[in-house]
Amino acid sequence: MSQPDLPIKSKKPEVNLKFYLKLFWTTFTLSLFTFGGGFVIISLMRKKMVVNLKWINDEEMMDFVIIAQSSPGPIALNGSLMVGYHLANIPGALVAALGTVLPPMIILSLVSLGYEAVKTNLWIASAFHGMRPVVAAIVLQVTWALLKPLLDKKKILPIAMLLLAFVALYFFKVNIMLVMVVCVVAAVILSLVEIKKEGHK
Amino acid sequence: MSIFIQLFISFFQIGLFSIGGGYAAMPLIQAQTVVLKGWLSLAEFADLITIAEMTPGPIAINSATFVGMKVAGIGGVVAATLGNILPSCIIMIILAKLYEKYSKQTLLKSILENVRPVVVAAIFTAGLSLLQLAIGSFSLGIQNFDLFAVIVFLLAFVILNSKKLRVGPIILLIIGAAVGIGYGVVTGVV
Repeated sequence: MSQPDLPIKSKKPEVNLKFYLKLFWTTFTLSLFTFGGGFVIISLMRKKMVVNLKWINDEEMMDFVIIAQSSPGPIALNGSLMVGYHLANIPGALVAALGTVLPPMIILSLVSLGYEAVKTNLWIASAFHGMRPVVAAIVLQVTWALLKPLLDKKKILPIAMLLLAFVALYFFKVNIMLVMVVCVVAAVILSLVEIKKEGHK
Repeated sequence: MSIFIQLFISFFQIGLFSIGGGYAAMPLIQAQTVVLKGWLSLAEFADLITIAEMTPGPIAINSATFVGMKVAGIGGVVAATLGNILPSCIIMIILAKLYEKYSKQTLLKSILENVRPVVVAAIFTAGLSLLQLAIGSFSLGIQNFDLFAVIVFLLAFVILNSKKLRVGPIILLIIGAAVGIGYGVVTGVV
């Protein structure tokens, strides 16, 4: 299980009532502050679960993102289910899902009762004015944290893959699902070639 | 058919067929709630999207709550949300099981290693879009440039990268909200 090339080592916590409460509280607070799409929660999740709690490592997190993104349903919910299962099987997945779903349920229930007032509320608009650039900073900082180990390995293929994916996503606005499918196909072929080469040695 | 079952089934379909996040779910939500069932008018749907973007949480779950509440109160919220998350719960638990079993296997390990850069590219793209949304525009037209947002962004970025100041992202968001309100008060917006 140990992966020596990683800067952060993960350790599965002991599963008990205290852990479930911690898992619920962690996913609840993450979900409470996630606006602006699934990748924001991924960034917050990394800060909290990889850096602070050390429940998972960066590679596991990226794998979870790949799987969450390519499956039906909200990325945030899928990511929570993956982490929850990884830490404590089905009960863990369900606790994490509950923590993720409750904040939007509570907030939207309240908002839908008086949404005209919320829509035009200048206090809320001002708060968002201050939070939006912070969200951008969080997501870009996480990008850098994930990018650095990739660059350090000095392997050309992953970096080329990253650049191509970025150009397709950002400049050509290609659908992310399509980019992922193409990359998975490319990755399968590359991996088969690599394994075959190693087999010949 | 009871309204609760109808909500459950409609949002189950939205959950099952929306692959690729919030923006993929939007047309499905519109098809189910506006066109097929007539639970929302088009104007209400537009409001829903605005609210969903302003509030935390996935767009699909926000919509399930909003529509459920409007159509059938708290019971409707629970029925629609449960329907919406059930496909994810089932599918992800199966995939998580497979991942735990096979992720250390050479072929899958190697495939995942080669796909991971795409995640970094996707997160970077999302970050740039959020930055653009926050500060106005990258184009040279200065009229949309939001200096306040640029300063907040730079400060937040420096704080996040600082090894000395260990400020968590949630605390930083709360500070951001407070600064935004403060700025609103000072400039007379509020």
